[in-house]
Amino acid sequence: MDFEFMQDTFLRLLSGVPLTLNLAFTSVAFGAVFAMLLALMRMSGVKVLDWFARAYVFVFRGSPLLVQIFLIYYGLGQFRPTLQEWGLWTFFREPYWCAILALTLNTAAYASEIIRGGLQSVPHQQVEAARACGMSGFLLFRRIVFPIAVRQALPAYGSELILMVKATSLASIITMMEVTGIAAKLISQTFRAVEVFVVAGVIYLILNFTITRIIMAIEWWLSPHLRRPPAVKPALEAVHV
Amino acid sequence: MKFFKTVSLALVGSALAIGGAAAQGKTVKIATEGAYAPWNFTGAGGKLDGFEIDLANDLCARMKVKCEIVAQDWDGIIPALNAKKYDAIMAGMSITEERKKTIDFSAAYANGPNGFLVAKSSPLAKMPGTGQAFNLTNQQADAEKAIEATKALLKGKTVGVQGSTIHANFADKYLKGTAEIREYKTTEAHDLDLAAGRIDAVLADATSIMGTLEKPEFKDYALVGPSITGGMLGAGVGVGLRKQDQDLKKAFNEAIDAAIKDGTVKKLSMKWFKVDISPKS
Repeated sequence: MDFEFMQDTFLRLLSGVPLTLNLAFTSVAFGAVFAMLLALMRMSGVKVLDWFARAYVFVFRGSPLLVQIFLIYYGLGQFRPTLQEWGLWTFFREPYWCAILALTLNTAAYASEIIRGGLQSVPHQQVEAARACGMSGFLLFRRIVFPIAVRQALPAYGSELILMVKATSLASIITMMEVTGIAAKLISQTFRAVEVFVVAGVIYLILNFTITRIIMAIEWWLSPHLRRPPAVKPALEAVHV
Repeated sequence: MKFFKTVSLALVGSALAIGGAAAQGKTVKIATEGAYAPWNFTGAGGKLDGFEIDLANDLCARMKVKCEIVAQDWDGIIPALNAKKYDAIMAGMSITEERKKTIDFSAAYANGPNGFLVAKSSPLAKMPGTGQAFNLTNQQADAEKAIEATKALLKGKTVGVQGSTIHANFADKYLKGTAEIREYKTTEAHDLDLAAGRIDAVLADATSIMGTLEKPEFKDYALVGPSITGGMLGAGVGVGLRKQDQDLKKAFNEAIDAAIKDGTVKKLSMKWFKVDISPKS
């Protein structure tokens, strides 16, 4: 192990971190909206919407992300005339947008199931109590169902975030130079696969450590009812006055 | 417990038996990429085929050893050699000073030109220097002048190369800042992207480009630009070997020398590339 080399590698791999985080968070942001829609479709009770969402989740959760990226990038690349006609080629021409699309579609499938699980875990009594208080429709959803569902879904959603950060490494196969892409390039220049991959692994660990801490903080913030109430100092002085 | 003991004994026994057989038969394991037509590629039915597969079989017959040819991704092909996953590399690998720091090479068994693959309708099709050859080792001034002339045309364009190749290093050194460079895992991937119009040109080995041009979907594409060799682009293609395997290197060198002298390399080169890229002494 050559520590000077590893330090140099670390600095060079850091230049890929912005793209890694950009890919992960952009696709998670788009994916969360899409996932919410899918979850609501699944629970809508409308057969067509329900089955569309089921089929979607089945396809995107059941096939490897690598295959999806290949199909979207190289597969659709072969239908360039048609895509140009539809005005979509400027989007599919760029490897960045193809990567974002593949990651978004993939995370939407997983996240929709997490959100559905969260929504379905909201205790029925709470909803009834809210209705008894006169809440209904969107107000009920915003004030009661959604906050409880988010709290329930957050631990699973945190794992999904971590999986997405790691999944961005697959974007290197469509020429995106994120952390793994740069690592592969460094290995080809130095042939020192072990050192470079150890450093790349450390970078992913640091990123994911930070993300888990943030998720934990949000969990803590969302669950005041699980915390011991702050100890109130008995106001003895008041008695004496 | 007795069950586990029996099973583990059986496993150890069979492992020893396999190890013993390998030592007796003297099998040389040769790695190739299997995605670099016509040098080496995976044909219909998953069988490896190509110039280097034919040549490897010929060399092994000359060395009187049994050979096993395995496919290995280009990315990890050198580290895996040093990790003893196989004993030799025959994968269109150019002999460069940089690679020589890590592995050893046999004598060259081929020496092919380089070039750009572009669409005939593209402005790049009029690239200067097409058909000319320059050597960076002994005509450095002329070669760099030819590179400058191509750079004027490549300004603002996107050029695809295969990662970890002499072409990727060349693009990094001479074209960075002029053109956008994209690195692909395989030559097949950058060919697909050229056909899709995502990139304007591909920089690669001319023999590999000729192989691409034979496909019907590339009938409107052409090989252009000067052929630059030597210097950082290497001194021909040789067998990659571990530094400590000097006996194997000697055996390969003798076999390659004999195969060049009796015209076998030329014959195979004509069969696969339609041009003679056997090294001239």
